[in-house]
Amino acid sequence: MPSQSIHLGVIDYSILVLYVAFVIGIGFALKRQMKTSADFFLSGRNIPAWVTGLAFLSANLGALELVGMAASGAKYGIATCHFYWVGAIPAMIFLAVFMMPFYYGSKARSVPEYLKLRFDERTRAFNSVSFAVMTIFASGISLNALAKLLHNLLGWEYNISLWICSFIVLLYVLKGGLTSAIYTEVLQFFMIVLGFAPVVWLGLRDAGGWVAIKQKLAGVATNPSAYNLADSASTTFHSDAWTSAWKPLIGGPSANPMGIDLFAMIFGLGFVLSFGYWCTNFLVVQRAMAAKDMKAARNTPLVAAVPKMFFPLLVILPGMIALALSATEGKGYQFPKAVIAEAKMSAAIASVRQSVASGADVVTASKTIALAAGTSLNTVKVEELLKAAKADPGTPDAQLAIGIQDAVVNDYDGVILSLVKRYCPTGLLGLALTALLASFMSGMAGNVTAFNTVWTYDLYQAYIAPDKSDEHYSWMGRVVTVAGILLSIGAAYFASMWTNAMDIIQLVFAFVNAPLFATFLLGMFWSRTTGTGAFVGLICGTLASALFHACTLSVGNVPGVKGGYIHNFWTLPSDMAQNFWLASFAFTICFAVTVLLSLSTRRTKSDEELKGLVYSLTPKQTVDQVWYARPGTIGIVLLIVCVILNYIFW
Amino acid sequence: MGLDIRFPIGMMFTLIGLLLSGAGFFSPDKLSLGININLIWGSILFLFGALMWSSAVKAKGK
Repeated sequence: MPSQSIHLGVIDYSILVLYVAFVIGIGFALKRQMKTSADFFLSGRNIPAWVTGLAFLSANLGALELVGMAASGAKYGIATCHFYWVGAIPAMIFLAVFMMPFYYGSKARSVPEYLKLRFDERTRAFNSVSFAVMTIFASGISLNALAKLLHNLLGWEYNISLWICSFIVLLYVLKGGLTSAIYTEVLQFFMIVLGFAPVVWLGLRDAGGWVAIKQKLAGVATNPSAYNLADSASTTFHSDAWTSAWKPLIGGPSANPMGIDLFAMIFGLGFVLSFGYWCTNFLVVQRAMAAKDMKAARNTPLVAAVPKMFFPLLVILPGMIALALSATEGKGYQFPKAVIAEAKMSAAIASVRQSVASGADVVTASKTIALAAGTSLNTVKVEELLKAAKADPGTPDAQLAIGIQDAVVNDYDGVILSLVKRYCPTGLLGLALTALLASFMSGMAGNVTAFNTVWTYDLYQAYIAPDKSDEHYSWMGRVVTVAGILLSIGAAYFASMWTNAMDIIQLVFAFVNAPLFATFLLGMFWSRTTGTGAFVGLICGTLASALFHACTLSVGNVPGVKGGYIHNFWTLPSDMAQNFWLASFAFTICFAVTVLLSLSTRRTKSDEELKGLVYSLTPKQTVDQVWYARPGTIGIVLLIVCVILNYIFW
Repeated sequence: MGLDIRFPIGMMFTLIGLLLSGAGFFSPDKLSLGININLIWGSILFLFGALMWSSAVKAKGK
């Protein structure tokens, strides 16, 4: 996309180099402290809460989140905030108040190891293998996205960007282990916030403030197809569909651009997916486990919840600003779009003429033309184009070409960078770009450190080489850090080579993640849960999600990688709805099977063995904190603030 | 803990702040919406960096 390309100046490169020097410098500064394997994998457990808290947030924040949340902000508006307010905050508070005491108190070194202590080896093996595979793919996807972005935007060579970025992460993780990953994540947190804040501020000024944005978005909501935001000209929403968080949801799937119902949002996202991620994913939990004491460990997710609540300002608002600008005449802002190459355009023009001649229906014609053009097209615009071409068979090629290019769907993933390009002179440009790189590196380092711990402790030490010296495991940790980075690079190439790769990888994530919280919930809060119940329940839950996917389809998709390949029993209004319902279904199956099997199998662990692992069997801790500093109190305050935010944007 | 993370954060933002505000000062024609954003934001970064740095120094002196 040459129209998107950005030119960097000396100052921009200087900022970039300064940042890289500092993250690598942190790795080298910490090298002296890496003496035992516990130092490398667990940070020696001596980091204060504000540091682990910010790292907790950064590790979860990949480059995809910055790019993707701005894209969703444009496509769905303020309802995207539910991924934070509904889909994160409650689960983070739950982790701090109820679950952290067991993770930290049990002295488990990882989440899979907790499963071993609580249940048995089977559940641990299943969880560690699936987690290891997922972290590799997650960092591969993110790496691929970043290298593509740098290529499209700066003209940097794809392979070079990919290898250099990975090498930097490798260098500082190798030197300083988890401590260096956590420390750089804190630095990256400030980099991300301070790098993007001026872009948002300038965007808000440009768009004329929140009130003006609301007005513009009301116009968009009542006529979304004019902005390429709906596939049918008759689609229209209530004027507050983009600017109100709850009202469009209450109106049902057809009243909001996400196509989501209230139940799927609250139960599917807010309970199953959110608790399944924030409370069980070792990538984030590892940060809290590295804290210096129980107090700091429990405060980690609470510290993270504060910025998390306000992150939509930084990542979702830009998408809404861009949409408002594109709807304001005279601003000269257009969403970035893929430009159809000349050869493909000729094929697309031929395809238009053929569709007119054969009288094919719009949907089929639209698909053939899009295939010829090599990009997705907006059906409404194709329909207009076909009508015009039919009315006047003599329409020149050049005019058809304009029509086809106009029908290309917006590349929402380019939103955030189109704003960076619009507002940042050289200097600020380097800062914003460094922020993007920082968000990517923090995510990748998070994945790599979680992967090397799970591999070394839960797979290598558990099943391959159990009784080796501590030096041996330290050595293994470094070897597997290199291997993990190389595997991520492999996964990035896999994702780039095959268009369906992303869809498939994300499906596997959904299948594995969806039932997980049921296992932890029952394990931690019901002493009767047995090892067999947990293991079989988890397997059934995973299979149930695959089955649900094979039997449902969302509107506009054909049976195949998007689902429905066994039989389409239920058509859902959107991909997101399908995903949320899938999670709800898998959770319920896992929960039910685990309960039934636990009741019909014998317990293999005594009450004494489960002390410190199960809520009811663990003596209440003597609290040496004043009432207002306790996690429970802070959690309630945070929840109240979150409710107020929801009320303001109701 | 051997390393106070406020040191590197403070140093980095102080330096970046200097670079950015310097760029804004010496080429005041590079504006965004009529604002010399490099100068303004560079100064903010510099202040933030200096604050972090000094708080780390203070903590070390204790």
